[in-house]
Amino acid sequence: MTEVSPGYFLALAGLLFTIGVVGVLVRRNAIVIFMFIELMLNAVNLFFVTFARMQGNLQGQVLVFFVLVVAAAEVVVGLALILLIARRRASLDVDKVRLLKW
Amino acid sequence: MSLDVIVFGAMFVMTLGAGLAMLFARNAVHVALLLVLSQIGLAVAFLLQGAFFVAAIQIIIYAGAIMVLFLFVIMLLGVDRREVLDEPLRGQRPLALGLGVLLTAQVLYIAWRGVDLAFAGTGEAAIQEVNSDPGNVLGIARVLFGRYLLPFEVTSVLLIVAVVGVMVLTRRMYPAAPNVDTDIPGTEAEEVAV
Repeated sequence: MTEVSPGYFLALAGLLFTIGVVGVLVRRNAIVIFMFIELMLNAVNLFFVTFARMQGNLQGQVLVFFVLVVAAAEVVVGLALILLIARRRASLDVDKVRLLKW
Repeated sequence: MSLDVIVFGAMFVMTLGAGLAMLFARNAVHVALLLVLSQIGLAVAFLLQGAFFVAAIQIIIYAGAIMVLFLFVIMLLGVDRREVLDEPLRGQRPLALGLGVLLTAQVLYIAWRGVDLAFAGTGEAAIQEVNSDPGNVLGIARVLFGRYLLPFEVTSVLLIVAVVGVMVLTRRMYPAAPNVDTDIPGTEAEEVAV
């Protein structure tokens, strides 16, 4: 176990989460936005592992496992949707997708 | 300065640097590769905190499987696609950066306070004990298949729903173009028979 205080890990996770939020707000390519969402999920995983270390049980690490499974399912469905939109509109720009039906 | 601190420092710079570079990379492939770098850095962070199993699946599933899926889709849709840089919503980017700075301040404050409130220094010993006696994987298995058995089974339903949903979504709804396979000599007889 490292002697580095958990606070530094929490700070790293928080900074990564913020980068993810700013990336989702700033970028406009749908796939890139999706990757920033993955970055946020990763940051939350680091939060969970750090809290598990602080609390001294393994439940935080088990929760990371569930986050991973849900992230995998989410990525598969999300990428299929992006693929469908790109096939129809020939564009990945999220600002251009503003109709529900066309 | 011990080895731990050096490893942590290198990991911190690598993870955060890759994350920041993701914001400025124009090519989607570069963003994906930087995300892989950042995820490997996070795996090191998990290792440092005694979460060995989580670090392994982080590399295998995240940096391996999920990012390969991303790269597949990027390649499928065209790599040389460029992002348009003009901004239809005026002032969105400065506003996003301002809100990001605000969120950073809040998160850092909570991290600093949270350590004060929740960290008694006794947790590490417990994790170390579990990691050394039944081992990290066995310890996680006992929690996962004991207390969290029902959620574990529910995630299998989630995965099946995701797989079926994607198959339905990507099915071609419109009548297919004339099939090239039927033009191959020797296959026509079977086609007619069917």
